[in-house]
Amino acid sequence: MVIGILGRETWGQFISVWRTPEFALPTLLFPAMFYVFFGLLFTMSRSMHMPTWLLATYGVFGIMGPALFGFGIGIAVEKGEGWLRLKRVAPVSPWVPLFARTVMAMLFALVVFVILASLGALFGDVRMPRLDWVLLAVTLTVGAVPFCAMGLAAGLWLSPQAAPAVMNIVYLPLAFLSGLWIPLMAFPTWMQQLAVVLPPYHLAAIALDVVGGKPAESVPLHITVLAAFTIVFLAIAALGWRRAQEA
Amino acid sequence: MMRSMETIAELRGVTRRFGKQTAVDGLDLSIPRSGVYALLGPNGAGKTTTINLMLGLMQADTGAASVLGRRPGEMDARRAIGAMLQVSGVPATLTVREHIEQFSGYYPRPLPFAEVIARAGLEGLEDRRFGKLSGGQKQRVLFALAICGDPELLFLDEPTVGLDVEARRRLWAVIRDLAAEGHTIVLTTHYLEEADALADRVGVLNHGRLVAEGTPAEIKARVGGRIIRCTTTLSQAALRALPGVRGLRRHSARVELAVDEAEPALREMLARDAALSDLEVLGIGLDDAFLSLTEAAW
Repeated sequence: MVIGILGRETWGQFISVWRTPEFALPTLLFPAMFYVFFGLLFTMSRSMHMPTWLLATYGVFGIMGPALFGFGIGIAVEKGEGWLRLKRVAPVSPWVPLFARTVMAMLFALVVFVILASLGALFGDVRMPRLDWVLLAVTLTVGAVPFCAMGLAAGLWLSPQAAPAVMNIVYLPLAFLSGLWIPLMAFPTWMQQLAVVLPPYHLAAIALDVVGGKPAESVPLHITVLAAFTIVFLAIAALGWRRAQEA
Repeated sequence: MMRSMETIAELRGVTRRFGKQTAVDGLDLSIPRSGVYALLGPNGAGKTTTINLMLGLMQADTGAASVLGRRPGEMDARRAIGAMLQVSGVPATLTVREHIEQFSGYYPRPLPFAEVIARAGLEGLEDRRFGKLSGGQKQRVLFALAICGDPELLFLDEPTVGLDVEARRRLWAVIRDLAAEGHTIVLTTHYLEEADALADRVGVLNHGRLVAEGTPAEIKARVGGRIIRCTTTLSQAALRALPGVRGLRRHSARVELAVDEAEPALREMLARDAALSDLEVLGIGLDDAFLSLTEAAW
């Protein structure tokens, strides 16, 4: 029965997002478009294989969208409409919709990755051992979780009107400053140092390590930092949930 | 001897404040098992807060609430409860069928899908997306979600708001059927007519307190009545002595009189004051009725 509930809920989440083209199209197409422009058409450097490098970083950019928007805007809207209240009255654990939404974000992350990987392999001459492809897919899919937590915190704290604006304001600068569009080496030193406090930087470091673009000093350290970010965002979300319940 | 009724939900001395506002003020309320209980009151009377307290959506500042012998919000209580809340929207891109199937899946013994559709009057709309429905149809989907788990106890918060007359009557009939099958239904309304048409018992709320409780007939006797407005030379004392007078308001010769029934008082007034003019007879509005319940006299 639990599996049935989780399955239906996850399918509902996925299909609901899929039927919202104004959400699904940009989150799927923007990363692909950027990757084609900056990764495949205009390669800036000859010293490294840009299509491979940028597959990792645009992959990170791509998985951020469904997580941040799916959670940030989705939860804020459902909270505003009173739908969350109806779910709280129904005999279903709050973890079920939360799980469903996380799986939805991960599924979308996987779709984004498959699109980018196909483009890279077909037009960018990206070549990797099969195991590395799988490892990159897993890294990016699981790597959506901290951004789900971030979106969840935002969705529970923000009004449905404020959420889309705030998520957009966060999304693009966060990606840029973490070196997802242009490698950090091209940035001034202070900006490179700033990137260390941004979650996408750490996920990108792991992804780059997988594709052999740039070996990370310590993958476990990056994983730990991402886990810590996740916990902090979940704690902020828990406070927001309590506040939303009392309202 | 009347057998004491079994209680399915109750509040004991519950107070709930929002900032400086006291939404529910030391409320004692006990909902008998089976039948329809209507919480009647004007906007801001505390009806929705009362429901939210019984659903566990809000916690009491003081006092205790219980439903089905449990703390509100406990999973075992939730399995036996359905609720139609004032919700402005549900995920718009899912169809009626997808919504109902998802919700039915939460309950241990849900109603068959076809029965939910039939009871909620959603035939032919099963595969329409929620976002494409009219206001009344959306309201019916929310009703469907409330009943799909075949709940023992059903909460309906202003269920007929936004429905046209026909849809309202239809929903009333379904609610009566559910009650006849032994379900307990708690509904809020600000229409005396709705409480009268549906309820076995009516609790009248105002300013977060229960100001009257009884059968619809008892409540109507207390809050019904007529208002007579006219210009008359009759003295205050003479007016007060008229049959069935509850209250009197006077601005010089202009008089407003609250009475149980208009005709006996009018007959006498017309007989005694040939110059009586500007006559109007009005039904007592619910707001006036609340005044007459909450204040001894006006």
